Amino acid sequence: MSRLGIKKTYKLFIGGKFPRTESGRFIEFNDSKGDFLANVSWGSKKDLRNAIVAARSAQAGWAGASAYLKGQILYRIAEVLDGRSEQFVSELVAQGLTADVAGEEVAEAIDLLVHYAGWSDKYSALFSSVNPVASSHFNFSVPEPTGVVGLIAPTKGGLLGLVSVLAPAIVGGNTVVLLASEKFPLTAISFAEVLATSDVPGGVVNILTGKRDELQVPFASHMDVNAVVLCSGDKAAKKAVDLEAAENLKRVVNHPDRPLEGSPYHILDLQETKTTWHPIGV
Amino acid sequence: MPGSHPFLSGGFAPAPESSDHVLLEKQYDLFIDGKWVKASSRFETTNPATSEVLAEVGLAGKKEVNLAVKAARKAFEGPWGKMTGAERGKYLFRIARLIQERAREFAIIETMDGGKPIRESRDVDIPLVAAHFFYHAGWADKLDYAFPGKKPKPLGVVGQVIPWNFPLLMAAWKIAPALACGNTVVLKPAETTPLTALKLAELFQDAGLPPGVVNIITGAGETGQALVEHPDVNKVAFTGSTAVGKNIRRAVAGTDKKFTLELGGKAANIVFEDAAINEAVEGIVNGIFFNQGHVCCAGSRLFVQESIAPQVIRKLQKRMETLVVGDPLDKNTDIGAINSAEQLERIKVLVDAGQKEGACMWQTEGKLPRKGNWFKPTLFTECAQSHRIVQEEVFGPVLAIQTFRTPKEAIEKANNTPYGLSGGVWSDKGAKVFKMTGALRAGVVWANTFNKFDPTSPFGGYKESGIGREGGVHGLAAYLDL
Repeated sequence: MSRLGIKKTYKLFIGGKFPRTESGRFIEFNDSKGDFLANVSWGSKKDLRNAIVAARSAQAGWAGASAYLKGQILYRIAEVLDGRSEQFVSELVAQGLTADVAGEEVAEAIDLLVHYAGWSDKYSALFSSVNPVASSHFNFSVPEPTGVVGLIAPTKGGLLGLVSVLAPAIVGGNTVVLLASEKFPLTAISFAEVLATSDVPGGVVNILTGKRDELQVPFASHMDVNAVVLCSGDKAAKKAVDLEAAENLKRVVNHPDRPLEGSPYHILDLQETKTTWHPIGV
Repeated sequence: MPGSHPFLSGGFAPAPESSDHVLLEKQYDLFIDGKWVKASSRFETTNPATSEVLAEVGLAGKKEVNLAVKAARKAFEGPWGKMTGAERGKYLFRIARLIQERAREFAIIETMDGGKPIRESRDVDIPLVAAHFFYHAGWADKLDYAFPGKKPKPLGVVGQVIPWNFPLLMAAWKIAPALACGNTVVLKPAETTPLTALKLAELFQDAGLPPGVVNIITGAGETGQALVEHPDVNKVAFTGSTAVGKNIRRAVAGTDKKFTLELGGKAANIVFEDAAINEAVEGIVNGIFFNQGHVCCAGSRLFVQESIAPQVIRKLQKRMETLVVGDPLDKNTDIGAINSAEQLERIKVLVDAGQKEGACMWQTEGKLPRKGNWFKPTLFTECAQSHRIVQEEVFGPVLAIQTFRTPKEAIEKANNTPYGLSGGVWSDKGAKVFKMTGALRAGVVWANTFNKFDPTSPFGGYKESGIGREGGVHGLAAYLDL
């Protein structure tokens, strides 16, 4: 007699916990054959606000964590993801990828996390400078995290797309609220389980599932978000996000709707440069 | 004007800088494609210290903006775009030298048109202008080394809109990196201070800069708006108020235009009980009264540790009484004229609000000249975090003083503002200094000093104080396609 399987409930990931959407809404998600797979939480603006509060609370602690620690935590995410790669492959297949493509994608996502883990204690040296001012001052410029960042993940590339925007944001000391791809919401929430068991402090990464058209503008209009990364080829969406972002001059970083290659410049996109002066003399 | 300071009881004898040899035309046209082009109408620019008209300048409309952008595009696709970095750099070196040679003339005109003390335009503004061109000149052939792994290319035509508080210096901050990176420029100076930019255009002619590489069009807000919205502009660079900056952000929304914004500020200057008090007082004065407080990074909020507050305020008031307010062309003058009647009105509105909301105002005793726009050095004590003079940028010689007990409290109050341009920390304890400078959410932090600038040093804000940096290697990114 075959045993009845246990189906997972896919909820949101906010402040290190897995709450249901406060809206009580859900999106029925079918597998590639059209059979029912899961109910995905249809996150609301209120969920977004809650997630931003969680990200803000976690911001100072994460920004203040040592580069060494942040690097180790990113590496830890890669380790835990690697240990669960079969699960991710089968979940991606259920969401429509072929086994080969899914396998490659999971492997690339793991490698990308390792890549960014290694940047944690290096990007700052790369983007810092000691400036030879003409007066008797010691003057230096260093990158600092922009703060709370909203990530609108690429639609394509369920796991790789998510990791490719998430890793450069958090390795740089930002805390984030990520809106998952509508095509791969299950992967995003399973990835949250990886984060939750990788020593990532609660609130550093918050993940919402739901509808991009509904939530991308509220990301841009929220006054306690410092930057938005928008992976979208939709010009109207870009304009709408830009217009709302003007209200508190949040930074907007635009990318095409596909996974990003690893680059320290993606880290730099979410950094501010601080310049400090001090007199030299006795 | 002499205050109650004993050394000044008789006042200094006037020591005015002569403006005899300064050549100012009665009328200026627009500088487009290397030529002077008449605009359909003109407006006057006045000396804010005397209210006298200095010259009439062209008011560029859409038609002239269009001409200027076309000229810049032609130059970008023509000689300037094809030139090697090394040759571009040589033009910039040449310009830097010409500015040094004519520094005195530029300083005098800057002071006449804008109202700032000659001491500042002579010792700060104009030397920094030359330094900015000299610094960026050297980058023109080295851009490939600035961003590892990247192949930088110029953006194209850059539209630049600058403010009235450092007219020529802001022109240099904008033009020098733009040209070093291979772009061409259309620059709109501020309405109340167009003259030094127009003199700079004359200097570009002397330097033999190819036509259209830099175009200078005078006008008001609408001119700037037409420039920012022009579809053939690839990048917009703006320095000015946060309100206008947000409008510019909206104007470029949904386009591929790059932009940098250097906007307002409300800097916290934090003085600890272990600071060198006399030096801190000098720093507070320089922080808020430099350039009449018309400084986006001015130290307009003073936070003094409670234990030393009475002492610091007493010393500060004594020092403020020695500040000479008056004729900007007088070499003794510390505080010149308020740049315009409109700005004076804005300052008065906020100072009135400060008094009405319950803060305690104190001003220096000296008398102000009768003609022109003036405001006395002013400080407020008993300020609450919610007061408008604490929250809003006054852009005048007005200091809001608050006290604190712990470093944590100082940081919380200091960062409790939508702005994040600059900040200051005064303490003789190194560990404390770095803890504080690290915790301030601001782009430029001065520790045991204030209001220092250098072309090698990136400048720009966090949060609503702007987007992007100017100066240093970081500032190049704003003018390159990376």
